[in-house]
Amino acid sequence: MKELIRIRDLSVRFYTYEGVVHAIDDLDLDIRQGETLGIVGETGSGKTMTALAILRLIPYPGKIESGSIVFCDRDSGGELELLKLSEGRMRAIRGNKISMVFQEPGAALNPVYTIGDQISEVFLLHRRQEVGYRARERVDNLLRDGNGFGASVKRPFWRWQSRIYDKIAEEPHALEPRLLSHIPLFRRLLWRLRDEASLLTVDMLKDVEIPDAARVAAQYPHQLSGGMKQRAVIAMALACSPELLMADEPTTSLDVTIQAQMLELFRRIKVDRGASVLFVTHNLGVASEVCDRVAVMYAGRLCEVCTVEELFLHPLHPYTKALLDAVPMPGKELQTIPGALADALNPPPGCRFHPRCPGAMPMCQQERPKLKEIGKDHMVACYLY
Amino acid sequence: MSDWKFMARQLVKNPLSLAGLIIIAIFVIVAIFAPLIAPTPEGHRDAYLIPRDGYSATPQPPSEEHIFGTTEGQYDIFYGVIWGTRSAFRVALVVMAITIVIGIALGSLAGYFGGLLDEVIMRITDIFLAFPALILAMAIVSAIGPSLKSVMIALCVVWWPSYARLIRGDILQLREEDYVEASRGLGASSGRVIVRHVLPNAIYPSLIMASLDIGAVVLSAAALSFLGLGSPEGYADWGQMTQFARNWIVGPHNEPLKYWYAVITPGLFILFFVLGWNLLGDAFRDILDPRLARR
Amino acid sequence: MNTLVDIRGLKKYFPIIGGVLRRPVGAVKAVDGVSLSVRRGQWLGLVGESGCGKTTLAKTVVRLIKPTSGHIYFDVPDETKALIEDLESQGKNNSKLALLLKDNDLATFSGKRLSSLRRHAQLVHQDPFTSLDPRMKIKDTVAEPLRIHRVLSGEASKTAVKELLGTVGLSAGQMERYPHQFSGGQRQRIAIARALATKPEFIVFDEPTSALDVSVQAQILNLLKDLKKEFGLTYLYITHELLIAESVCDYIAVMYLGKVVEMGRPEEIFHAPRHPYAQSLVAATPVPDPKRRIGRIVLSGEVPSPSNPPPGCTFHPRCSRASKECHELEPPLEPVGGDHYVACFHPL
Repeated sequence: MKELIRIRDLSVRFYTYEGVVHAIDDLDLDIRQGETLGIVGETGSGKTMTALAILRLIPYPGKIESGSIVFCDRDSGGELELLKLSEGRMRAIRGNKISMVFQEPGAALNPVYTIGDQISEVFLLHRRQEVGYRARERVDNLLRDGNGFGASVKRPFWRWQSRIYDKIAEEPHALEPRLLSHIPLFRRLLWRLRDEASLLTVDMLKDVEIPDAARVAAQYPHQLSGGMKQRAVIAMALACSPELLMADEPTTSLDVTIQAQMLELFRRIKVDRGASVLFVTHNLGVASEVCDRVAVMYAGRLCEVCTVEELFLHPLHPYTKALLDAVPMPGKELQTIPGALADALNPPPGCRFHPRCPGAMPMCQQERPKLKEIGKDHMVACYLY
Repeated sequence: MSDWKFMARQLVKNPLSLAGLIIIAIFVIVAIFAPLIAPTPEGHRDAYLIPRDGYSATPQPPSEEHIFGTTEGQYDIFYGVIWGTRSAFRVALVVMAITIVIGIALGSLAGYFGGLLDEVIMRITDIFLAFPALILAMAIVSAIGPSLKSVMIALCVVWWPSYARLIRGDILQLREEDYVEASRGLGASSGRVIVRHVLPNAIYPSLIMASLDIGAVVLSAAALSFLGLGSPEGYADWGQMTQFARNWIVGPHNEPLKYWYAVITPGLFILFFVLGWNLLGDAFRDILDPRLARR
Repeated sequence: MNTLVDIRGLKKYFPIIGGVLRRPVGAVKAVDGVSLSVRRGQWLGLVGESGCGKTTLAKTVVRLIKPTSGHIYFDVPDETKALIEDLESQGKNNSKLALLLKDNDLATFSGKRLSSLRRHAQLVHQDPFTSLDPRMKIKDTVAEPLRIHRVLSGEASKTAVKELLGTVGLSAGQMERYPHQFSGGQRQRIAIARALATKPEFIVFDEPTSALDVSVQAQILNLLKDLKKEFGLTYLYITHELLIAESVCDYIAVMYLGKVVEMGRPEEIFHAPRHPYAQSLVAATPVPDPKRRIGRIVLSGEVPSPSNPPPGCTFHPRCSRASKECHELEPPLEPVGGDHYVACFHPL
């Protein structure tokens, strides 16, 4: 299977008042086409930062220090080095080819715009040509079929619109429509674009199983429940049929039964659209429900990457095993991991997990273990292997 | 505690806040060492009464004897502005202290207990806020009789409502915090909860507003004195000195700025005092808020 | 006298003020008639999703919220409870009843009685990041209950604080620090130490681990187990995660929209839930086991608003087994074998 994203030697550092934090430390990871990859980890593991790094949205005071993230664009067939792209080209990719869903649906939605407007915005931004084309088609139909007095009056108006939409269909940011949009009265010529985008929006909302989509599109975020808001955000993310959908703990703030619906939705997205999904979570149960492969991270480093069955049936890395033991299951003794999470400012030398590891050897303190392939498609970074 | 160190670092790092800190530090030193810088002449009854060198109405330019010159009535400007620093601090700190105490007391009662008490206190606050501040202050001072004390009383009366409102707002929000609820859950009485938990956390925005307001208090006191409603004639107070300079703002036709020293000097002192506190207040606001957010 | 906490018919309605005249135009029925009893030494888990009223119930039991109606008996002999019930059923609103209630019913306590209750029943909050006063050193935070109830002071208090911190796994050397210098798990331990200060018998936990990482959660749960054994405590544990409840609790009650819909032992609830909601809850809970995928019983629709609950059985709009009866009547909580109770006309 070909990779969609190839991350190599990625390092992200945060320069805080108290010191330097290595949020991500020499990460090598692949996201394959058509798969759902889960990144599992606790606080400070670097899982959220990995997703943000792909979109180059690392917040201040963080910086992407080194490494490469290669994006293999399915449509153009080429390979793009995301870390070297200009901001302008990066903006064309965000929301379009790679999009992201965040943890708090309420925070991702602007409270003063309706859901429909916000999703339409994505269409008008990234799929402007298509919207223009559809608008022109519609006007051309009117020109062809319209009759009666009203139609003859509006005809020149329609002809003008058709010409403008044609221009947009060819070149989304053509000069004439852009100029027109700034002149108050003539701006009305472009209203069909918004209408077409709204139609696409309603289709999108139906796709994410929002009941009564047309009505919901006219509502404001505060009128929707958490689950609905999250679906709206997912609709926004999927609007442009991205090749990679990233989700940062999208179900953590939702109820269990709503979460189940959401996970079902994620499974379906992958199947229907053939997109890859990067699913960041701290919940191993959720990961086992929705992911094909899972990567376990600790203190900014990758511990283990394998298929989801392998992870739960034959976990290799001591941290993975400890994490599985710490999940409360009925009838099972809760095993705790001794010690505390690695201090971000002053992490242990060598393998970050060695102070808490039952199988620690003197070697573990000295040098960081490299990622090795043990068994079929199962990589571990541990000296025990 | 590393937090204070962090705050101190932030204060010093920012050039504007450093400037504010230096300005106020200079004023503090001047105020403390006023007797040394501008010694009171022998036999002078009240140190705050500016010594006069004659009775001529015309201000005299700076000379060897009078470094900043003299103002109307031959009062020594240098002595006036130096000792004026002391009275400025006095007015500012006394008014601020009383205002904050009243504001906090009423604001916390209103905010914490809500209901009828809240409504009553807030309506009283509204009544006070309905008056234009300076006019009300003028009315009060005129009623009591002009003196520095009445200026302070008037300013207290005019200023406390803003603090009451501010504290009340903060307390309304803090009341719902988990640790306040936890304290109640432990069995703490309302008094204890307010004093030990709510107020220490609510006081910071008020302190910030207070440091920004100190300048405003001094300006208002100076304005009242300028109008003749403040300290008695000859008192070492910046506002008083600007009142003396009232007739000399514009000089004779050929030399309009002849008596600049009478006007500019006290004016500059007021300016820098207010500027210093404003910069310091801004710095506090910037430091305290993001620091809390940084946690 | 095996029952420590006896909750009978507890209701908490929050009025909705609306309109120009600011009159109550409705009520959020957060807790709508809950009856539970917690045995001494039991670890009772209360499970439900958001909006089911579990947090309101937790806070009402320790009287952080005043109940609208219902009784809460804390360590009251059975005869007294029976007597009260008798008097109530007779309908006489006499002073004897009022006196009995004032003495025994937690719901009516105030002043000194309430304060002394606080020594026996404590609450640990959900979010360790906001439940500690950020401007107080933790030694003062933990010592506060001792000061309030004038149990200890001075040196004795300091020793007690050191001991408490040690019990929850923190070192005495950290006494002089402020909350923000600790991690989430450590802060929760401090909150637990504070709750233990007056040696209570009953502790209510409001989702104490939901803000914590998995490994830290395991540590806190084990700590709670040890503390319970060491001090003979009784726990009421609120959570929305069924897995935790199944793993550590002795008995579980499932809540939906202000009412208890099923109660039973963890094995029963997890492997053989009888109420359709409980069943969908169990089926929807993701388990780290790739062989066990979420059951196809994915509930449709959303949770109704507690200000406008559906008539009859509150679950009927989303229930696949709903009948006409369910639209009209409220199913009572009935035993279905042993100590397993279900409130449903068509249990599974």
